[in-house]
Amino acid sequence: MNSNIEDKLGTLRYNIDKESHILVNFEICKNCKPKPCILGCPAQCFELINDEVRFQYEDCIECGTCKILCDKDAIHWNYPRGTFGVAFRKG
Amino acid sequence: MVEKVDTIVVGAGPAGSAAAYSLARADNQVLLVERAKTPGEKNVSGGVLFGSVLHQLIPNFWEDAPIERTIINRNLVFLSGESSFSLDFSSKKLENPPHCGYSIIRYDFDQWFAKRAEEAGALLATGIRVDELAWENKQVVGIRAGDDEIRANVVVAADGINSQLTEQAGLRKGLRTKHIGLGIKEVIDLPSDIIENRFHLEGNEGTAHTYLGCTKGYPGGGFLYTNRESLSLGIVVKLPAFEKATKTKAPEFIDYLKQFPYIQRIIKDGNTIEYSAHLVPEGGYSGLSKLYTNGLLVVGDAAGLALNIGYALEGMNFAIASGIAAATTIQRAHQQRNYTKKTMKHYQRLMNQSFVIKDMKTFQNAPAIISSPRLMKAYPDFINNFAHQLYQSTATPRPKLMNLLLKHVIHEISLPYLIIDGLQAVRGL
Ligand SMILES: Cc1cc2nc3c(=O)[nH]c(=O)nc-3n(C[C@H](O)[C@H](O)[C@H](O)COP(=O)(O)OP(=O)(O)OC[C@H]3O[C@@H](n4cnc5c(N)ncnc54)[C@H](O)[C@@H]3O)c2cc1C
Ligand code: SF4
Ligand code: SF4
Repeated sequence: MNSNIEDKLGTLRYNIDKESHILVNFEICKNCKPKPCILGCPAQCFELINDEVRFQYEDCIECGTCKILCDKDAIHWNYPRGTFGVAFRKG
Repeated sequence: MVEKVDTIVVGAGPAGSAAAYSLARADNQVLLVERAKTPGEKNVSGGVLFGSVLHQLIPNFWEDAPIERTIINRNLVFLSGESSFSLDFSSKKLENPPHCGYSIIRYDFDQWFAKRAEEAGALLATGIRVDELAWENKQVVGIRAGDDEIRANVVVAADGINSQLTEQAGLRKGLRTKHIGLGIKEVIDLPSDIIENRFHLEGNEGTAHTYLGCTKGYPGGGFLYTNRESLSLGIVVKLPAFEKATKTKAPEFIDYLKQFPYIQRIIKDGNTIEYSAHLVPEGGYSGLSKLYTNGLLVVGDAAGLALNIGYALEGMNFAIASGIAAATTIQRAHQQRNYTKKTMKHYQRLMNQSFVIKDMKTFQNAPAIISSPRLMKAYPDFINNFAHQLYQSTATPRPKLMNLLLKHVIHEISLPYLIIDGLQAVRGL
């Protein structure tokens, strides 16, 4: 039974765009204490490294959780452009 | 591409395909736009589809649609550590169409539904992300996608829970965390004969489980549905869980569910073949957006039309019903050659009369009740501890049942809470 998140995300197919569909203003993150995006993202796209928020869009499964959890407007959120992003085969 | 059509439907989920199919079948020109390359590729449900609404639109759809199994067993399970306590209901009567539930896989189902709309005459354009609405004098007159603009008399926003169109039109302000659940799901493969043995099923019979006590005390619950050759196992956690310093990351919630011995036995020897996540509207009646404006109708999850009453989650059914109501409204507007709020308002009327809004009103307290922290932990623990005491053999004199019950109630849940929760549940569910 695979239980780490890398293996789980490995079950998915993506067509990754050159540019990120989600933009994060890390300046705002510096003043954000609870950082709910880090806990809430089901693909662990947000990470805390040396006290700084890092974001990668490649694993994003397009749920929208980060946008709703961020109450500081630090996230400019969109779906990937048409045909790009994750492609579930079950759903 | 066409420059002007009668109607544009944005999103080929159940709401959008239902609207497009209904319109096309009545010989209306309709363009169905979907951002995925193939409809369904972006969508996630549990999922059990209740058959009655789709049957009205496509009679005996189950003979043609990609259905996994027919649900003949429902099981509500309270999980607590090593123990589990189930309320298990099985009946062949659950099998009678169209009122039964069918487990489905969205990738297959959404493709089928969009194809049916296409066959009925809808124009399906995939791989196109709609970026915004086009406006003229406070009237929605079409959509923009990249550099293209396509005009229409009416736009139907069927773009799901993160609906950008609904927000752009000012029909809802941003979503509130307490109105939203995060669903995380794994599809676990298992041969069909093992599924049938393990769950006491025959042929294409299926089972649907709901789990309580598996969300670390945060509002939410788990689910398991049998597919033909896989299980859909998942968890829904309301977003406020992540606003507090829970220290539990979202992916860990499903791992937590999987460590209960009850679940381990069920998924034994299965492999996760897909991991996914999607948001669920859980605000109930108070989480609804406005449903229309000039030239625009909002259907399905985009409008917040879904209901979680703890033992069942209904979204697809509501989505299809709203898609049909939107189509009826548009045909009426065509007759009157008027696409302002005046004719769009009919959609609100239809929805108010439908079981969808009626159910959402009847169960308007359900979101609060099923979010009770006691339901998430104290009750599952209590009922399991009680059963444990009842059945264990200790070679000491057995306490009387009532004394045992009272001891546990007083010990684990204060009596006033029990009374309040009981009353709320009776009145609200
Ligand atoms: C984990 C989980 C379990 C669930 N279980 C059940 C269940 O058992 N039974 C049940 O009835 N319901 C269930 N639901 C709810 C159900 O999935 C939804 O209510 C239903 O899918 C809503 O349908 P919809 O058509 O409104 O939206 P969606 O199915 O989300 O479809 C929206 C479509 O619009 C497309 N789209 C979005 N934005 C754009 C854009 N800008 N341009 C073009 N296309 C766009 C998307 O790609 C998608 O195809 C569950 C939900 C989840 C997350
Ligand atoms: S919640 Fe928003 S502001 Fe806070 S860390 Fe995350 S992205 Fe930054
Ligand atoms: S949309 Fe979902 S998966 Fe993508 S980064 Fe945000 S929370 Fe993570």
